[in-house]
Amino acid sequence: MEPDFRRASLIRKGIIYLLATIWLIITIYPIIFLIQNSLKSNMDFFSGDPWDFPAVWMFENYTAVLEQDFFRYTANSFITVGVSLIILVLAGSLAAFGLSRIRFRFRNLLYLLFVGGLTIPIHITLIPVYNLTRIMGIYDSLGALIGPYVAFNLPVTVFILTSFMSELPRSLEEAAYMDGAKRLQVYWNIMLPISRPAVTAVIILDAVVLWNEFIFPLVLINSEKYRPLTLALWNFQGEFTAKIPLMMASLVLASLPLFLIYAIARERLIEGMVVGAVKG
Amino acid sequence: MTTRTSNMAAGFAFVAPALLIYLFYFMLPIPLSALYSLFKWDGISPMTNFRGLNNYIRLFGDSVFWISFFNNVKLVILSLVIQLPMGLLLGLLVSSRLRGLGAYKLLFFVPMTISAVAIGITWKFIYEPNFGLLNTLLIKIGLENLALGWLGEPGLAMGAVIATISWQYIPLYMVIFAAALSGIPRELTEAAYIDGASGLQTFLHVTLPLLRGSIRTASILSITGSLKYFALIFVMTEGGPNYASELMATYMYKQAFTTFRMGYGSAIAVIMFVLSFWVTILALRIGKQSEGLSGT
Repeated sequence: MEPDFRRASLIRKGIIYLLATIWLIITIYPIIFLIQNSLKSNMDFFSGDPWDFPAVWMFENYTAVLEQDFFRYTANSFITVGVSLIILVLAGSLAAFGLSRIRFRFRNLLYLLFVGGLTIPIHITLIPVYNLTRIMGIYDSLGALIGPYVAFNLPVTVFILTSFMSELPRSLEEAAYMDGAKRLQVYWNIMLPISRPAVTAVIILDAVVLWNEFIFPLVLINSEKYRPLTLALWNFQGEFTAKIPLMMASLVLASLPLFLIYAIARERLIEGMVVGAVKG
Repeated sequence: MTTRTSNMAAGFAFVAPALLIYLFYFMLPIPLSALYSLFKWDGISPMTNFRGLNNYIRLFGDSVFWISFFNNVKLVILSLVIQLPMGLLLGLLVSSRLRGLGAYKLLFFVPMTISAVAIGITWKFIYEPNFGLLNTLLIKIGLENLALGWLGEPGLAMGAVIATISWQYIPLYMVIFAAALSGIPRELTEAAYIDGASGLQTFLHVTLPLLRGSIRTASILSITGSLKYFALIFVMTEGGPNYASELMATYMYKQAFTTFRMGYGSAIAVIMFVLSFWVTILALRIGKQSEGLSGT
């Protein structure tokens, strides 16, 4: 009996590892393919086989990409994402505090208004947002991106922060109110620090979404100097049609910041993205 | 009474910053789209050419719109049929408590952190007919006649794009199912084993019913998510060849921002809004119903 059972479980283990390894190759090989070919010379790439390793390792490809104003695009992404995140966290947590800790009429209605935005595809607002941006005179500037970036991540931000704050016990703030604290002080000194886990989750989730955002830059940015990374990558395609290894190097470089964040945050990033996607 | 009005004022004061941004950029555009859709308008000159429902009448007779509509339907169905079972399978694999599978799970999730633009461009290289990863592999293993122009042929483009979308999103469903599986007490499945049930029987009669809630969540997510794809398809095919992979979103974009028919584009946007609203209500209702069923 015993060896039979053991053999069955060995076979089971083998199948699990086999299937998992097959999917691992499907998942990771496209990324390895990018890195491997980003290090080839143009000649090597077009005359050779994409499965081969480079004949000569061309690390110069990466410096060549960095010379293509890559830092400017990266800075554009950093600035727009950073400013948006600050506004998102502040406006989102203020709203969450109001919606979860103050009882007032229309509270549920306001909450529903925010959460209702979760399932609406953002593309349907594109034409009016483009038009409003022109009317305000901020078309083709980094400032044009901040408003849409904030607005379209508010639903998930408000949702996550409100559900976290509404589970905190009343007793936390009661003592402070007895001592004569104002609501704004309670928000800033008590609720916001306690909500740190939820705030971290929201920052990670919004950062990933915004870093990868493409459609608003596509519609609201025209000048090369204001392009964030995603839009720059898309435009590189035209520039690099004859220089595929350089295109690949820029894809690797553009994805690097999020890979690094993922390497550090791991399970936390996964949780943040799943909460953001599932949203109740 | 005073506390009630002061609560009201305080509540609105806290919500106001978020609410104003949200109303301006997210809510106001919905009626504005409806307004624009009644005009023939290029987006620059004054909006004076009122056409009533003319844009909608033309839209319903526009064969490209119908192609894009049915491509969206295809995308919804294939996302459900491919991503959920694959996600569940991977979820089961990474929850099997064998050594090293935690690391597998972390690596499986990597595509979810890459931008749709980067993924789109990468997969264009994979599908490229001459030097692409896929065709060079097929030729290596002696399947030359399967080495096709994946994104260039109308019959293949949509399928190729859906494969890429699945590659990116399957890990999301894996993580959802893995989380649900970790909530199932081990004693339950072990008891079934001891009673002589096979692995498959245990899965079908013990595990699967317990996953009902997360299957429902994943389905709703997959259906509403399928209406949101834009960047990946736009980057990979721009809706082509010959509209074969056109979605409502890409068609709307082209109408509004390539040929500057903002009124017509807005009409497409309004139809998309109505559809997504209806799908959400439907999904929530189905969700409620099956909740009622599992409760009894």
